[in-house]
Amino acid sequence: MDSLPPHMRPERSFQGFILALQRFWAEQGCVILQPYDMEMGAGTFHPATTLRALGPKPWKAAYVQPSRRPKDGRYGENPNRLQHYYQFQVIMKPSPANLQDLYLQSLKAIGIDTALHDVRFVEDDWESPTLGAWGLGWECWCDGMEVSQFTYFQQVAGVECAPVAGELTYGLERLAMYVQGVDNVYDLNFNGRDGADKVTYGDVFKQAEQEYSRHNFEHADTAMLFDQFRMAEGACKSYLAAGWSSDKRDKHLMALPAYDQCIKASHVFNLLDARGVISVTERQSYIMRVRDLAKACGEAWMRTEAGSAA
Amino acid sequence: MPDLLLELFSEEIPARMQAKAAEDLRRMVTDKLVDAGLVYEGAKAFATPRRLALTVHGIPARQPDLKQERKGPRVGGAEAAIAGFLKATGLNSLDEAKIQRDPKGDFYIALTEKPGKPAVDVLAEILPMIIRTFPWPKQMRWGEASIKSSALTWVRPLHSIVATFGIETEEPEVIQFDLPGVSVGQTTRGHRFLAPDAFEVRRFDDYVAKLQHAKVVLDPERRKEIILADARTLVQAQNFELVEDPALLDEVAGLVEWPVVLLGSFDAEFLSIPDEVIRATIRANQKCFVVRDPATGKLTNKFVITANIEASDGGTAIIVGNERVIRARLSDAKFFYETDLKTKLEDRLPKFENIVFHEKLGTQAERIARIESLAAVIATSVGADPAKTARAAKLAKADLLTEVVGEFPELQGLMGKYYALAQGEDASVAEASEDHWKPQGPGDVVPRDPVSIAVALADKLDTLVGFWAIDEKPTGSKDPFALRRAALGVIRMIVANSIRIKLANVLGDGLTGYTSQGNEIVRKGIESWAKPSTTVRGAVESAYDAWTAGGVRNFISDRLKVQLRDQGARHDLVDAVFALGGQDDLLMVVRRVEALGKFLDSDDGKNLLAGTKRASNILAIEEKKDKRTFDGAPDASLFALDEEKALAQSIASVGPEASAAVAKEDFAGAMAAMAKLRPAVDAFFDKVKVNDDDAAVRENRLKLLNEIRAATRAVADFSKIQ
Repeated sequence: MDSLPPHMRPERSFQGFILALQRFWAEQGCVILQPYDMEMGAGTFHPATTLRALGPKPWKAAYVQPSRRPKDGRYGENPNRLQHYYQFQVIMKPSPANLQDLYLQSLKAIGIDTALHDVRFVEDDWESPTLGAWGLGWECWCDGMEVSQFTYFQQVAGVECAPVAGELTYGLERLAMYVQGVDNVYDLNFNGRDGADKVTYGDVFKQAEQEYSRHNFEHADTAMLFDQFRMAEGACKSYLAAGWSSDKRDKHLMALPAYDQCIKASHVFNLLDARGVISVTERQSYIMRVRDLAKACGEAWMRTEAGSAA
Repeated sequence: MPDLLLELFSEEIPARMQAKAAEDLRRMVTDKLVDAGLVYEGAKAFATPRRLALTVHGIPARQPDLKQERKGPRVGGAEAAIAGFLKATGLNSLDEAKIQRDPKGDFYIALTEKPGKPAVDVLAEILPMIIRTFPWPKQMRWGEASIKSSALTWVRPLHSIVATFGIETEEPEVIQFDLPGVSVGQTTRGHRFLAPDAFEVRRFDDYVAKLQHAKVVLDPERRKEIILADARTLVQAQNFELVEDPALLDEVAGLVEWPVVLLGSFDAEFLSIPDEVIRATIRANQKCFVVRDPATGKLTNKFVITANIEASDGGTAIIVGNERVIRARLSDAKFFYETDLKTKLEDRLPKFENIVFHEKLGTQAERIARIESLAAVIATSVGADPAKTARAAKLAKADLLTEVVGEFPELQGLMGKYYALAQGEDASVAEASEDHWKPQGPGDVVPRDPVSIAVALADKLDTLVGFWAIDEKPTGSKDPFALRRAALGVIRMIVANSIRIKLANVLGDGLTGYTSQGNEIVRKGIESWAKPSTTVRGAVESAYDAWTAGGVRNFISDRLKVQLRDQGARHDLVDAVFALGGQDDLLMVVRRVEALGKFLDSDDGKNLLAGTKRASNILAIEEKKDKRTFDGAPDASLFALDEEKALAQSIASVGPEASAAVAKEDFAGAMAAMAKLRPAVDAFFDKVKVNDDDAAVRENRLKLLNEIRAATRAVADFSKIQ
């Protein structure tokens, strides 16, 4: 790593920071994937986590996932909150015995020295009602700041994890802000250059934050979104029904396209929620509808080649 | 005798679970040892974020031998019975059995002796069993082994176990047992960052010393002492004072193995936020202590961090990092607070129309409206200003919709007070936002301002009658809507503030609140206890009659009994007062109980009680015998003895005197009047034979006894007193 040019060093540039993490996890045998090409609320929704966490086959992957949280938009005015941000996601199945050590080594790889900084594992049990998933683990603190989530999946999409996968989620902007020593996310140095060549996070994303905040809170077409939710839900169900290779329901051939529609429904629900058009009581029922899709996809996945023992 | 050392080394155990886990480990291991006949001398358990440890000392090296005597079939009994006997006892033949004679004949007796096992073998059986059945609140599977559903579960992955057994002077033995994926031996590790290497331990004393050397303070109490002492020293050096917080201290001590206390600070501009908000922010999110200036009692811009490492730079980077996070959190809090101040409390109220309080009891807006009308009624009884009470009841819950309370629910009420004062509300109105939630528990203070009292009583009574009407009463240990706490709150407020209020009326008004809003579920609930009535008010009143028989009044009186008993009063005296019936004024009940207690402590009281009980007992027997009561005034012309006449005269004067005193609520006076009865009662029982041979005289004397009982009922039903 000492051979890195200064502009690629994790404490100098956001992109260098991401590359350092990718390199570290590649060394641990992970496949380094690219972001999934759909809008989603968290890296966990990526089929490389949700579906690959299921079934007996070993799996190790790491990737960046742009995450959309329409409600968290602040029109580019809050130094910490974004409606679009990056998560770095690691999944290892079965969870290796030294996963905590690996995590701490990864912090070292991005410039956090545990002789200098107070790193702590603080109880945080993870649950995703929309994914029918839960696990036990921690939020990882660095000097009092939550920088990662560390979870041993126990159940995903309503299916017991056997074996259990370990999942790490790094909040990239927040960690990079820490490492770069800046208090405002828009001040992050994106490319590690100085002077006129310097590109900040704000240069790349501030306008998007402003525009999407307007969209998410004020203008997103709710009639269209309600339709989209219904359509995604319907499509997910029909793809799932069509995917069974026979009436015995022992082999499924279309779990992934069906799951895409589940991701879609989930994101559309988040947009509707941000627009404030879903009442408290309806909210629960929408969450249950997405969960039912996720569960059905999980069940189908367990009958595919990657999801089954065969 | 040998000692056991057990350590279960895992990934980080949630702080809130550590103390109970240590205690569970101690209890389970020692219980099993005792069950196995291994009576130990002492045991102590400890927890850190990464380990549970247990030392049990003075365990016998072996179980005692177990001698068993078992009676078998009769000599010469059936073949099958004898075969079964041999099989069950493990005897090879009847030659090994003894023959014992008893009155029924000769029987085979098997004397077996089960030799005790070495304690180390017993431990090898019980330890894995305890680990597999350990009662963690939540547990998980992990790693390769988790492919099987039978995999070991633990609170977080369990890595290794130290289990040694032996006497002090010798090398201890490792207890041998298998758990998949977990190494069992005598190797442990020190602090995760400061001394991560593995090392061997032999027994408890070298274990503790080596851990200390490896930067692990095993005993949570010791970690707490270190944190507290260092924190105090650090802030006192700046002439400040630590705001102590035992619950936070427990938690923080469960997050570190090697506590290092550091002092950070934040921008003084944040001190414009209320102290409680700063404290809640720093406590909930950062698990740091706040610091006050003893001169003003206000917070200063300092906070105390408990780190888990001795940092190579002395902690500077840790302080800078924590300060940065706290700055961001306080910015949020300040933003929330200032945003809240921009909206008047009353402007938030319409939102309550869409927020459900309880699906059967309507919205929060409906609840607030009911509290307003009930508070208006109560205001007259507690001397509260009607306009202020109405305003207070309307605004008291508005802060539930503020940003700060959304973020920190524990600040409900308090924020309402701040916001009310900020928008220029009357001090009593503002106070009611905070105080109408009180008392929250037996240790909480009781509201004193009449406006707060009116709103607090209305709030609690509305809750009580509503949940009662929809049949959501507390059962056993379950009281999800905290109705016991509400009832106790009502009692404490009434007693502490000497409030005169007719429970029947306010409970009825509380029910009317629901029915006048058209709540059909509550109406049906009332009708299920009530006689049919043409009006709501009538239904409520007759419902209340039915209700008081076994419903809410009993519930409240039970709470009162608990309350008085906790204060040292006798619950039978409470029963004796309630048994009079119509006791609808809690304050008077309490006053009566107090006076009765004092009276019964005196000789006059004790003797009068004895005399009254004697009269009641005789009456009960004779009433049963004759299948009639002996009501009505005795006939003076039938009195044959002086003692009869004297008693009749005494009752004739004492009865009205006591009743008059009761009417004036002078219970001590009533008791003093009662005391005058005593000589006449004593003399009567001394000289007079009640069951005279002449039936008319007997009846007359029984009527006189009945008069004693009737007279004492002016103050209490003495038959309930034990």
